[in-house]
Amino acid sequence: MEAPAKEQPKEPRKLIVSIGPHVHDTESTAKIMWTVSGALLPATLMSVYYFGMPAILVMLVCLISSMVSEAAVQWMLKKPITITDGSAFLTGLLLAMNLPANVPLYIPAVGSFVAIVITKHLFGGLGFNIFNPALIGRAFVLISFPKLMTTYVEPTMRVMAMDAKTTATPLVLLKEEGMAKLLEVFHTKAALYQDLFLGNRAGSLGETSVIMLLLGAAFLLMKRYITWHVPLPFIATVGILSWLFGGKEGLMTGDAIFHMMSGGLILGAFFMATDYVTGPSVRSAQVLFGISCGALTVLIRLKGGYPEGVMFAILLMNCFAPLLDRGMRSPVFGKAEAKGVKK
Amino acid sequence: MEATMNAHDTFSGGVHPAGNKQLSAHKPAVAAAIPARAVIPLSQHIGAPTKAVVVIGQEVKKGEKIGETTGFVSAPVHASISGKVVALGNFPHSLGMDLPAVVIESDGKDEWVAGLKENADYALLSPEELKKIVLEAGIVGMGGATFPTHVKLGPPKEKPIDVVILNGAECEPYLTSDHRLMLERPQQIVDGLKILMRILGVKKGYIGIEANKPDAVETMTKAAAGSPEIKVWPVKVKYPQGAEKMLIKAIAHRTVPAGALPMDVGVVVQNVGTAEAIYTAVRYGRPLVERYVTVTGRGVKEPKNFLARIGTPFLQLIEEAGGLTEDAAKVIAGGPMMGMSQHDLTVPVIKGTSGILVLPKNEVVVKPYGPCIRCGRCIDACPMMLQPSLLGIYIEKGHYQDAKEFNLMDCFECGSCTYVCPANRPMVQWVKKAKKELAKKKN
Repeated sequence: MEAPAKEQPKEPRKLIVSIGPHVHDTESTAKIMWTVSGALLPATLMSVYYFGMPAILVMLVCLISSMVSEAAVQWMLKKPITITDGSAFLTGLLLAMNLPANVPLYIPAVGSFVAIVITKHLFGGLGFNIFNPALIGRAFVLISFPKLMTTYVEPTMRVMAMDAKTTATPLVLLKEEGMAKLLEVFHTKAALYQDLFLGNRAGSLGETSVIMLLLGAAFLLMKRYITWHVPLPFIATVGILSWLFGGKEGLMTGDAIFHMMSGGLILGAFFMATDYVTGPSVRSAQVLFGISCGALTVLIRLKGGYPEGVMFAILLMNCFAPLLDRGMRSPVFGKAEAKGVKK
Repeated sequence: MEATMNAHDTFSGGVHPAGNKQLSAHKPAVAAAIPARAVIPLSQHIGAPTKAVVVIGQEVKKGEKIGETTGFVSAPVHASISGKVVALGNFPHSLGMDLPAVVIESDGKDEWVAGLKENADYALLSPEELKKIVLEAGIVGMGGATFPTHVKLGPPKEKPIDVVILNGAECEPYLTSDHRLMLERPQQIVDGLKILMRILGVKKGYIGIEANKPDAVETMTKAAAGSPEIKVWPVKVKYPQGAEKMLIKAIAHRTVPAGALPMDVGVVVQNVGTAEAIYTAVRYGRPLVERYVTVTGRGVKEPKNFLARIGTPFLQLIEEAGGLTEDAAKVIAGGPMMGMSQHDLTVPVIKGTSGILVLPKNEVVVKPYGPCIRCGRCIDACPMMLQPSLLGIYIEKGHYQDAKEFNLMDCFECGSCTYVCPANRPMVQWVKKAKKELAKKKN
């Protein structure tokens, strides 16, 4: 073939060339992280209302030390610094939600360091951590400072609540002294449920107000940032198992409503177990993940050494998330039909 | 299987990118100017390229064969204008490389080659004769895949076909060429479908159209009114509803097995444009020399639909659509999901060019990708129910064999995963790369 006459390009304009698709929806990692943080706003405000200045201080220390830790470790590892993507902010906020209001302020700092540096970045950074960073941060300080971490204060509803009275959480009361004592403190079942629902009880910052957590969760469900596949089976399993085995008078005498609203279940089920990175991403695997988290939570609450089991339940199941994804992937289109076909 | 019309029969997964079809949907197709110089690639289809049968200096007429098939999976190529062959050689092709082409300079007469056989009584022709006409006319899948049509019309005996589906879904955003064709040439499409059904001995024909084109549904329904064996079938508006396997699932409720072809479930799918080309070839003896092309996007001044000759340079059509805007930044052959971006606007329209999309700078996504946060959006979006996130992670690290075990080969690169990925990960690019690497290893 004859060589073609070399054509001079008539069009000097520079065009961008890339592999498709050439359009993209508007979601981004940063948008997701900041939106989830925003969804925690109602619960955050409620905790400030109940616990006052100490709550604000714990949160500030968590947020600042998380973001500083992230920037520092990325700088040391010579990676791009990504604190604006909101993921360190969210980890810090979730950790704060998991701490009592009256802890000495080095505890949130240590927890943040463990969460960001050890749990997240030493495992490869965003997307590669096996365990939920905020929960490991919390587990670390819980085990390291058991006394301080289990000294909860009553909600005072005052700004300068430095002198708040220490008290036990409802789950501790139930575990150590039984339902009778719990009713003595809260007077009636209805009052107990109401206080749990509104958040007027001792506990970690963000895990107290069920209504505010549900508000944020509803927003995330609506935005489809999270789906029901993990939280619903998680909470339902806790309800069913605690009703079956949680009562002193034998099978089916447990208080399911109490168990579903107390401790960190609502926070954990909607905001921690739904973490993309550390949970499964296949829908069917998510359901099993949720059920398993629920079962482990009840096991720890009823039989374990700790009054609350949500944190350890989620952390234990984090280990299995990749396995669940691999084992339960949805059938590929046409794979089943392919068995009998000769090519 | 006599289901009633149901726009909700569909597949699992998929995405909903902005359609942007309003830019050109209401504009009747106009005949583009006959190019002064047509660059006609010898390979405009999947399969063996054709061999040039003309020499430089030779006079050719419109419809004259200039490229001959060299294998079974191949389709001849014809001159789209009358004039003189002025060059043979490698020229820029919309596939992104220089490929062999015949260059014809127009003599301005636009004369058809002698001996084209009109046939008003084509209904009397045998299926074999009809098939021969389709082959000789150089007809390929005009939806963009460009698979030689005659190959699909000759299934092996052990795979009987009982359904023919015409694909008028046009699920790619922006494109409106099939839409306009359905509005402007409905009877030709229906008659083309009947020819297809006759060739294949099939009694059931469907025309699948996304429900966002109610006027096309109405027009086609009217055109098919006298033919009870043909049903117009609105399908759900969702990308990639027009993918062959997805369309078969939605209309015939059959699942094409992984790694198999539609014929394995007794179905042949053809684009509506292909049906129209078949009718033109059978009724008028005219080979495939022109097609509907949408020139659209906010990067051209007046988006339009054209009836353009094969071999017309992209630049000419863009000029006829008012030219590029100041901020035009990306030119794509085809739609924004599966189309290929171009760096050279001398590339010609070929048989599979359904549109030319020009995006302005502010609509071009150029940002770095981040780590996978395992949100699972891609898993939900994948019409093949794969785990694109995992494929991406494997391929990024060079673990192609692992990717293969996670069904890499079932991916048809629709881009839904990449469209939804919040970390902007280039899954389609990786999948293409992995498939190439694996093929290299095999050889």
